[in-house]
Amino acid sequence: MKQLQPRKPGSILAEIVTALLFLLFMFPFLLVLINSAKSSFEVTQYPLAWPENWGNIATNIVKIWTSESVRYPSSLLTSAIVTIVSLILINLLSAQAAWALVRTKTRISSAIFFMFVASMVIPFQIVMFPLLSWFRTVTQVTGIRLLRTYQGIILAYIGFGAPLSIFLFHGFIKSIPLELEEAATIDGCHRHQIFYQIIFPILKPIQATVLVLNGIWIWNDYLLPLLVLGKGNTIMTIPLAVSNFAGAFVKQWDLILTAILMAMVPIIIFFLFAQKYIVKGMVAGAIK
Amino acid sequence: MTKKTESRIVFWVFLVPVLFAFLMVMVIPFFLGSYYAFTNWSSSARVDGGLRFVGLQNFAESLRDPSFLYSFGITFVYTVLNMIAINVVAFALAMLVTGNLRFRNLYRAGFFVPNLIGGLILGYIWQFIFNNAVPSLGQAIPALGFLADPANLMLSKNTTALVAMVIVGTWQYAGYIMMIYVAAIENIPQELIEASKIDGATPWIRLKAITLPLCAQAFTVTMFLTLVNSFKQFDVNVSLTSGGPSTMLMGQPVLGTELLALNIYNTAFISNKLSVAQARALVFFLVLAIISLIQVYVNKKKEIEL
Repeated sequence: MKQLQPRKPGSILAEIVTALLFLLFMFPFLLVLINSAKSSFEVTQYPLAWPENWGNIATNIVKIWTSESVRYPSSLLTSAIVTIVSLILINLLSAQAAWALVRTKTRISSAIFFMFVASMVIPFQIVMFPLLSWFRTVTQVTGIRLLRTYQGIILAYIGFGAPLSIFLFHGFIKSIPLELEEAATIDGCHRHQIFYQIIFPILKPIQATVLVLNGIWIWNDYLLPLLVLGKGNTIMTIPLAVSNFAGAFVKQWDLILTAILMAMVPIIIFFLFAQKYIVKGMVAGAIK
Repeated sequence: MTKKTESRIVFWVFLVPVLFAFLMVMVIPFFLGSYYAFTNWSSSARVDGGLRFVGLQNFAESLRDPSFLYSFGITFVYTVLNMIAINVVAFALAMLVTGNLRFRNLYRAGFFVPNLIGGLILGYIWQFIFNNAVPSLGQAIPALGFLADPANLMLSKNTTALVAMVIVGTWQYAGYIMMIYVAAIENIPQELIEASKIDGATPWIRLKAITLPLCAQAFTVTMFLTLVNSFKQFDVNVSLTSGGPSTMLMGQPVLGTELLALNIYNTAFISNKLSVAQARALVFFLVLAIISLIQVYVNKKKEIEL
């Protein structure tokens, strides 16, 4: 923390401008909140007014909670399962792959690493259609269902999340001194033990970055679940549920905004607890 | 078992899970897709039977299609406007929140928050703002009465709807880009600032001679991020405008705010032309790769000059 200097007129002006901008940035959220506490008549007539009765918010929340097209409890659970399982697997599998790539210096390992890095420029649009037909073909041949299932979407997130994660781990592992591993080898550690017991715990700071970057992407992602899970599926993530509902009831803004509020709450609570890691992780991920 | 075979086994065992997922969802679909773009691939002509090589026909069809050409143009316009708006706002915010402010951390967190919410949800929020909140403001304040006129809704005309998308894009992304600038600005050695103050440099000169040049590396990153993300915009497009309202190009109706990503999606699922959509995706990829290469090259050159 820098030393606070005595306030000058310039800094008071900056203070006011920033505060106004802050209010402007927060205003859309405020609108969501106040309009979630209105009846549908109130929303369309007085969208900017303070709600007459805050008790309405509970009524609206119950409506969304029990709504057939949002299926909030089940969507929340699906989003949580998809995000958490994908994150655990991306984190562990990318870390061990990156370690294997750094510590094995062969032509094959550099070629594989190059392939991962090169793939980061490929936009999702170019693989999304063939991905669907390829998943269908795999199911026809092996009988393993990939479309509209958890295993399919988690497999997709591992594949799409791996390149950046491996790239981040790769850069970090390169800076870990080899002596550490050599000492462990002399002490009789096996290769895999070296990774799980020595290297993986050292990776904590970069794991935080990997988890934050992938977590925010997966939680909010719309296009991949739309394609892989599909519409009208029993498994539905939060963004799919919101679009399902907002698309069907174009005018029911009181309920749409309540659904939006309920979709935002988990991530905002998460942000309040892990703010430092999230900001650090997202900035570090961008700069590397 | 020798040490060498052991490490070879560990190498493959560690790599295989991720490599498998990567091959399944990236490598194989990428090569299949690059091939399908030159065939008559459709939901009926599956891989097993009826798949025919048609050369450049899908590309030729796309280049004759006004909706694709329009999407291309509008995506460029949107990308440029969005890059400028986001970076200017983000840099200004970064200058403000690196100053000596009372609630500095609260401001930073507040500007950053929209970025944590998915574009789809943000788009719906802003649809409500543009269609309901803004007209209501016009009703409440006589001086802003024109806002209440349904003809003046921002989302009802394609030019203003595009501006609306830039506003949402800026609100969504500026706080994130701001954080990158904040990191760069806080890395500037304090002595440099002090020395320039002693030499009598005005804040404007300090900005031009110290802050901007020392943020050059950050600019390369932020320009790249905003370029790629604007060019690939899909979620906000779907929920805010769904591509509408319609307009005319080459005597045919086209969707007025349909960006490329949405155009590709609609070509596949609304027009049911999978192979044409795949050809467009290939063009999309190549154009994005070329312009982001140019951008990084130009920014890197600037980095050295500054």
